[in-house]
Amino acid sequence: MAPRWWIMLGVLLLLALPLSLLAGQVWIDPFGPPVPGAVPILVELRAPRAALALVIGGGLGAAGAAMQGFLRNPLADPGLFGIAPLAALGAVLSFYTGAAIQEWALPGFALVGAGLAMALLVLIAGRATDGGIGRGITLFTLAGMMIASLAGALTSLVISLSPNPFALSEIVTWLMGALENRSWHDVALAAPPTLIGMVLLMRAGPSLDALSLGDAAARSLGVEPARLQALMVLGVGLVVGAGVAVAGIVGFVGLIVPHLVRPLTDHRPGSLIGPSAIAGALLVLIADSACRLLPLTGGELRLGIALSVLGAPFFLMLLLRLRRDLA
Amino acid sequence: MLRAHALTVPGRLHGVDVALQRGRITAIVGPNGAGKSTLLSSLAGLTTGDVTLDDRALAAMAGRDRAQTIGFLPQGGDVAWNLSVATLVRLGRLPHRSTRATDDRAVAAALSDMALDALAARPVGTLSGGERARALLARVLAGEPGWVLADEPLANLDLAHARALLRHFRRLADAGKGVALVMHDLAQAMNHADHVVVLDKGRVAASGAPETTLDPALVARVWGIEAHWLGDHGARALACP
Repeated sequence: MAPRWWIMLGVLLLLALPLSLLAGQVWIDPFGPPVPGAVPILVELRAPRAALALVIGGGLGAAGAAMQGFLRNPLADPGLFGIAPLAALGAVLSFYTGAAIQEWALPGFALVGAGLAMALLVLIAGRATDGGIGRGITLFTLAGMMIASLAGALTSLVISLSPNPFALSEIVTWLMGALENRSWHDVALAAPPTLIGMVLLMRAGPSLDALSLGDAAARSLGVEPARLQALMVLGVGLVVGAGVAVAGIVGFVGLIVPHLVRPLTDHRPGSLIGPSAIAGALLVLIADSACRLLPLTGGELRLGIALSVLGAPFFLMLLLRLRRDLA
Repeated sequence: MLRAHALTVPGRLHGVDVALQRGRITAIVGPNGAGKSTLLSSLAGLTTGDVTLDDRALAAMAGRDRAQTIGFLPQGGDVAWNLSVATLVRLGRLPHRSTRATDDRAVAAALSDMALDALAARPVGTLSGGERARALLARVLAGEPGWVLADEPLANLDLAHARALLRHFRRLADAGKGVALVMHDLAQAMNHADHVVVLDKGRVAASGAPETTLDPALVARVWGIEAHWLGDHGARALACP
């Protein structure tokens, strides 16, 4: 990506960050009269929330760019591996069993779910790299879809069996994805795995570039299928698992962001990962601030819903453009 | 020397012995399904099998070392993203841990070898078939490999482009590189290769100098057509009545 675009994304982020800290039900005007309770609102509520938006958005943006490169498909997103649904099932189980009363249980259960999904993926499709990267990718996608649909069904089962209306409402609300009332604890929990995951995905960059030329050419350029697969599963798993553990299901970021950023880059998947991380962070930060500002009776608009409402028309636009290109 | 020793790939190749020399063009020919592409990708180190490069087993080489030595151009050559020609060609530098200046030089040389200087900024999706074939080959050349293995690089090329590409393969061979091409046009193999390997049903049916190897009896046996050669040495044409 050309330096001017990096600068532009950086400037936008630097503008959006303070604005998101000031905006909300209580507006904090730095030049106006002092707002009572401004310091705790900023430090305890808005700063961790903004930090979490940056972490989750950045991770999902990077994971989306890497997934599209790995599957060589612009319609891919990090959800395709089935990691998010299984992580969500873990979280839902923590509500069901009542374990969620403990602060560690919800993210812990979600991370176990994400780890289980990664292990299943590797068990089902891991050794398929003998036949080349292409066959491995097909098996991976199918295994991911299987895991996702199974996890989705089990989540519905848990909801239908939920012991009391409290648990039910907790589960349903949580599944919508949000950054409301998150603390520095959540940031400390999500940031390290997300950062490690992003580093792994960046390391997969050159192999993903080579994969643009197809399976055989990539291997002839020295790409090792097993290593690439391991980087992708671990990288996407850590990012998505950490995200679900603290924020629930946040969809569409991984799909939309790489599309928005791709025209600014030289179209190599590897060159897209970094910019997508920044743009993803920006998108979630702005979307979350917008959720806080929208006048809605009975609470805030949920971030997951807002992004999906934003994402669906975008997806439609993509499909229409694809149809035009095919015509 | 790049050699396959009794190479067997289940269902594709059965005990194939082939030896490719540096400094000459080897053509791999045979009917559809004879195992040409499998042999070429095995020689590039992409299948498990006993292939040696200068008496060193390919399987024992690190992927990156192998990739620096053997450049492989697969058949078809689709490109997943709408990369520019220069970006595509630069992918050939991936196996090298070289400085940016060295990469720039190699990419520029490959672009100019393939007469692509004017197209460097063009997206691959907008290229014609001939330009695309040249861009894909330039990607291989940018890696400055000692060996160039190309699977049907002349498919879908018109006469002039095919001839230009064949001349370039000749220059590579003259520069001491080993060149192996899978081809379908027997006349191209006859006129432009130094050595020809004829595959049939996964086995080597014949191998040697094109003039002595590709005789009408062999063509009848392997391809099942009656044909004879017209013209003089170096400008032969195959007549199939």
